[in-house]
Amino acid sequence: MSAPHRTAEEIGRTAAGPRPVPSLGTQRAAADLSHVDTTLSNGLRVLAVRKATVPLVELRVWIPFAGEDKLHPATAEVLAETLLTGTARRDRIEIDADLALIGGDLASGVDPERLVITGTSLADGLPTMLDVLADALTGASYADAEVERERERLIERIAVSRTQPRTIAREALQKHRYGDHPVVREVPQAEDVAVVTPEQVRALHRASVLPRGSVLVIVGDIDPETVIGDLEKAFGGWASDRSAVRLPALPELAGGNVLLVPRAGAVQSQIRLSAQTVARTDPRYPAVQLANLVYGGYFSSRLVENIREDKGYTYSAHSGFEFTDKTAVVNVDADTATDATAAALMETRYELARLGLVPPTAEEVESVRQYAIGSLVTAASSQGGLAAQLSALAATGLGVEWLAGHPERLAAVTAEDVANAALEFFAPKRFTGVVVGDADVLAPKLTALGDVTVGEPA
Amino acid sequence: MADPELVRFTLDNGLRVVLAPDATAPVVGVSVHYDVGFRSEPEGRTGFAHLFEHLMFQGSESLEKLAHFRYVQSSGGSFNGSTHPDYTDYFEVLPAAALERALFLEADRMRAPKLTQENLANQIDVVKEEIRLNVLNRPYGGFPWILLPPVLYSTFPNAHNGYGGFEDLEQATLDDCAAFFDTYYSPANAVLTVAGDFTVEEARELIEKHFGDVPHRPAPRRPSFAEPAPEGEVRGEHVDPHAPLPAVGVGYRMPDPINDLDGYLANLVLAGVLTDGDGSRLQQRLVHREPLVVDIGAGAGLFGPFEARDPDTFTITAIHPHEVSTDQVLAALDEELEKLAATPPEDQELKKVTARWAASLHSEHDKLVSRTLALGSFELLYGDASLVYRLAEKMSAVTAEAVSAAAKALRPDSRAVLVVRPGSSEQEGTEQ
Repeated sequence: MSAPHRTAEEIGRTAAGPRPVPSLGTQRAAADLSHVDTTLSNGLRVLAVRKATVPLVELRVWIPFAGEDKLHPATAEVLAETLLTGTARRDRIEIDADLALIGGDLASGVDPERLVITGTSLADGLPTMLDVLADALTGASYADAEVERERERLIERIAVSRTQPRTIAREALQKHRYGDHPVVREVPQAEDVAVVTPEQVRALHRASVLPRGSVLVIVGDIDPETVIGDLEKAFGGWASDRSAVRLPALPELAGGNVLLVPRAGAVQSQIRLSAQTVARTDPRYPAVQLANLVYGGYFSSRLVENIREDKGYTYSAHSGFEFTDKTAVVNVDADTATDATAAALMETRYELARLGLVPPTAEEVESVRQYAIGSLVTAASSQGGLAAQLSALAATGLGVEWLAGHPERLAAVTAEDVANAALEFFAPKRFTGVVVGDADVLAPKLTALGDVTVGEPA
Repeated sequence: MADPELVRFTLDNGLRVVLAPDATAPVVGVSVHYDVGFRSEPEGRTGFAHLFEHLMFQGSESLEKLAHFRYVQSSGGSFNGSTHPDYTDYFEVLPAAALERALFLEADRMRAPKLTQENLANQIDVVKEEIRLNVLNRPYGGFPWILLPPVLYSTFPNAHNGYGGFEDLEQATLDDCAAFFDTYYSPANAVLTVAGDFTVEEARELIEKHFGDVPHRPAPRRPSFAEPAPEGEVRGEHVDPHAPLPAVGVGYRMPDPINDLDGYLANLVLAGVLTDGDGSRLQQRLVHREPLVVDIGAGAGLFGPFEARDPDTFTITAIHPHEVSTDQVLAALDEELEKLAATPPEDQELKKVTARWAASLHSEHDKLVSRTLALGSFELLYGDASLVYRLAEKMSAVTAEAVSAAAKALRPDSRAVLVVRPGSSEQEGTEQ
């Protein structure tokens, strides 16, 4: 790079000097969504929304899928992996062929709270997608060979997953904050997966893949009125008097010591803090949402500007809501080099305290308000984004009205509301959490910092 | 897909502009693509193009450090940038009311970025954390995009690590930054794209107002990165201390993405025939029937198709159990390629792949950020943003014979095979 060039200082200056940043123009509101929110005769709630930006449809089925049995996580995981691998009418390859020809895909995934099926296809292929999905929901065969093969793959994938620092940190956090509640069992144990039988998977399907209490969201180039009839017809055979199984209520999180979980030789540590907060239906939610954004919920937040842009301790620092059933917690995440970990934890706590004691300025509140409103509009501008938003809302009983009304709620929040939310919900003492990293190096500094215990989660 | 309205023009300073108005939602996407990626960074400065991308967010003549992020986000928008083999992009998606502000932010840093020693040191730290997060502290980090190129290629631009070695990053100087900016970040070496809710007249006027006086500098001569394909099968090995299972990455040279687009597209269809869906040939055989691998994938490009000029890489990657050998996986792969080379795939097989491509192109188009970036990168690489709207049709026109020929060209005697072995090594190659 020796060609003739200006100096850095010359590059950063022009004869005209700095210019004023243009103000914002006037914003047009997003168009109202034409939609139907109803319940089919089998008890399945359906939220159908027309959004014809491209000739596609997006589908999300949310089935509460909790279980207390020791083998439940393993059986549920095998079920999710094999739900779409064969029925009386189609084998695995025929399912894939039928979907591929309509530019479609169906996939399922499970966690301790729910089974989710995600679908997409060209709009004119919707009848085929519904037929394949209904076929699986009512007649998935869980053939011995498919279950056996997916079990093997699952065990191999679990091995990969358990080497991911993020998985290790997540498991440690779950155990530390929720003990032995079923919610902690996110990645099943390999030895449990190894003993799951096809008959157990079929039994779990009969017992728990149920329409009543579940929600289907469909967004795209559809007519919401007529699609309800199509769904009623397609899913008529999927029926039961029982309701899908909800997760037992989570215990209220109490603040407590951060647990330092050893991971020998790690070059980077995971900081994961967590505190109870309010859910979307709480009148204080919009204020807490804005307080969270100021803290660490977007790039221009206090936490990111401090530990990334000022100090360079981390590439990724973030705080955000995690919703489970009708409750919510706020999680703070940062991955930092081993040398910087103790200082990063100190700054993370400092910013929590500062949020309450030096509350967000009017300028900070305006910034996060615009960000929150703008993000809603941007996310809702694509079919996939809208389907994801609505599916999350529908799972807690909310719908299009909540989405449409939220900008107004955000607009009504005052700086005082945000200050109160910050002081109440972001106090450092409310938080618990874990740090996963090289304990030999970290322990002396973290214990000196205080409110840190070393050990494996109970 | 019906061709939406597309307006293209060039300012006097050489900045190419693509406008794609669409009033379906009150949002806009703005992107700037600079015609420089990590293949252009000099020896001894691996990772510099990406480090420089970080610095472009650190302030400009009218904007203090952090102001860029704050202005975008307080307008309700989001932003990012990314560094690719042959270009670097910067983008914002915002409520339509913030269009002028976004144009101002991009123009200000194109005209006069504030490059300081302090920000350089801070961003070297941040980039090192990014590399620890994405490469050093996770299983299969950098697989295959960092690990495969040095096996397949022998010249520095194609073979080196685009994230950079720590020792190179630490040696980057402010003068390097100034030279890089003056050489590559000229308006004549860039494409500005605006998509979403605006009128063409309004956008033209605002673009002229904010970018019109960015001084012209000549675009640099674009070097050829051509090099001969490997003679024989070249093998490399990497020990991954975090990986629980072995993996293999196979790299082949493929048709010139720009000058042989039809050949390139045939390779994309081939990738689908091989690994897209349970019914694809390698999934069926290697994942389910035999089964030799846990997961397998095939595709073009280090991060995806359409983001590099020649030479580009066709990759096949698989994670497999300890008891399966690399050669078993390769033997099955070669057998399947030979079958395709001998007998072209059925029409139905092609239809499955091209229908899924059509749907995924629609889906990309529906996301404003992807649409904006695709228009910009096609304008930059192909000189024709509208090609984005003809891709689905071109994919559907790929013949079974072309796919068969593409399979035939993936020869075992001219490829790279990277073996990833689980295990602890004293020190990872990338971190010194």
